[in-house]
Amino acid sequence: MNVEPTTSAALDDRSKYLRSLIIDGLSAGRGHIGSSLSLVEILRVLYDDVLNVRPQDPAWEGRDRFFLSKGHGCLALYAVLADQGFFAKDELPRFCKAGALLGGHVDAHIPGIEASTGALGHGFPIAVGAALASRMRGRNSRTFVVVGDGELDEGSIWEAALAASKHKLDNLALIVDYNKLQSYGAIEEVLPLEPLADKWRAFGFGVREVDGHDVEALRATFGALPFHTGRPSAVIAHTLKGRGIGFAELNASWHHKSSVDAATIQELRQALEAN
Amino acid sequence: MRQSALTAVYELAKRDPRVLFIGSDLGAGVLDKFKSEMPDRFFMEGVSEAAIIGMSAGLAMDGYIPYVNTIATFLTRRCFEQVAVDLCLHELPVRLLASGGGAVYAPLGSTHMALEDIAIMRALPNMTVVCPADAPEMTRVVEATLDIPNPVYIRFGKGGDPVISSADNGFALGKAITMRPGKDAVIFSTGVMTARALEAAKTLADAGIEASVIHVHTVKPLDERAICEAAARCPLVVTLEEHTRIGGLGSAVSDALAEAAISTRQLRLAFPDAFIGTYGSQDSVLLEFGLQPPQIANSIAEALGTRGARNLGLAHTRTG
Repeated sequence: MNVEPTTSAALDDRSKYLRSLIIDGLSAGRGHIGSSLSLVEILRVLYDDVLNVRPQDPAWEGRDRFFLSKGHGCLALYAVLADQGFFAKDELPRFCKAGALLGGHVDAHIPGIEASTGALGHGFPIAVGAALASRMRGRNSRTFVVVGDGELDEGSIWEAALAASKHKLDNLALIVDYNKLQSYGAIEEVLPLEPLADKWRAFGFGVREVDGHDVEALRATFGALPFHTGRPSAVIAHTLKGRGIGFAELNASWHHKSSVDAATIQELRQALEAN
Repeated sequence: MRQSALTAVYELAKRDPRVLFIGSDLGAGVLDKFKSEMPDRFFMEGVSEAAIIGMSAGLAMDGYIPYVNTIATFLTRRCFEQVAVDLCLHELPVRLLASGGGAVYAPLGSTHMALEDIAIMRALPNMTVVCPADAPEMTRVVEATLDIPNPVYIRFGKGGDPVISSADNGFALGKAITMRPGKDAVIFSTGVMTARALEAAKTLADAGIEASVIHVHTVKPLDERAICEAAARCPLVVTLEEHTRIGGLGSAVSDALAEAAISTRQLRLAFPDAFIGTYGSQDSVLLEFGLQPPQIANSIAEALGTRGARNLGLAHTRTG
């Protein structure tokens, strides 16, 4: 199965609103924009419908653990966490500025963030340990981790996949933000991953593919976890890098920007409204 | 020393349910007793150091205290970023039990000789670096690590190392131990080199040179106070380590003395800044690089300008 995202469907108001919060975070002129925009619906569904977390008590022991292994997609997670009330929305415009709470990769000091990641290939192995620990503690809580497709180039991901499978961690769900573009260009050119679903199956995971921008499909997919009792799960979420900003979609040059000026921010807002 | 460490971890685990053991494809039968008595806290993972460190971090975030054991070079070179980011940045209580520190794996060549491990680990914020001298001290070290909130790197010797430590001296991480007094020179040594320092000091004493020996089991945090006080009282500071001359104990002592404006001359006895490209045994490699007791004594005597040192049985014995 190869589920491509529905690029023509309009974003609903909530998806647009969360993206507007991401744009709020660009006032320092920088950020991994495309890498964040592909993540929005995955995070939205997780936090709105799936994760058992308490924004007012982020360290609550019984919580589900969520790790953003592709830590550079932080603007999307910050937008969702601010919206959920983990911290104030007025932290967003201070993103990456001196003295700010929020920086360019997720940091464990931020309420709601489990681990500092962004050096790639770290969050998933940590999540494997977290899932193992939850089971050892006898808790029902689950562990979710989002990895980038470019991040799958890292060997530590596959080391951790072997371990997750060995330990039969069916309380662990890996979600691949499969937007098909890494920093330099197409995944297919830089380091091909296909057949990706087969790889995860071969590593012992229960696997499903889903349109990573289809809110209902994501809800149904996450609702079916674990896909196989006694196995970790992998959700391959087909996404569009830059989703929601027409001129940034499928454009590797929007992976990261370090000089976004006020005029560009205005263009981003207009493009978002045009959806 | 390795056996003492593993036994100490087993004993800790018996009395503290937070303690876990994680090995990376170690030799058959390692800690079988631990495995059979506490199977839920014994993990023998694959040859996958990066994932093991990450997994240990995830376990430590939930209150566990993982003791991770594999060969020193693999814990330092192979998964450096995981140690830096997953453990040190998150300030997690994971213990790295490093088999074969220094030249222990000399027969196996440069891929396995950990001659820069102290430098690598010392460079990381929040890391503690400990090099016990012998098996009994290893037991004391492992016990002392139980409640340290941050990661700890523990360097193992070969095993069967002469016992020179004593419980009577007490043990506290970060507190150097004076093993022998002396006014003519002070030798700061770490790990199994302290036994060699004591032997060298005995040889020097026979030649009328009184060298003190201070065992710096904890290279980080360094006992700067003890080091500066001893260095200020002597005409010669000697640092002795089974490590390259870059970034180890010698460098740490230099840093401390320079910052305290103590200008005592320092003789740095260590391996050169090189992959040493030789096989043999730990002892033969130490001999080849001038790090066995008679050579140490000779180097110190020469540095002190002792007249006739060579005639006092301190002839340079370097071979190769």
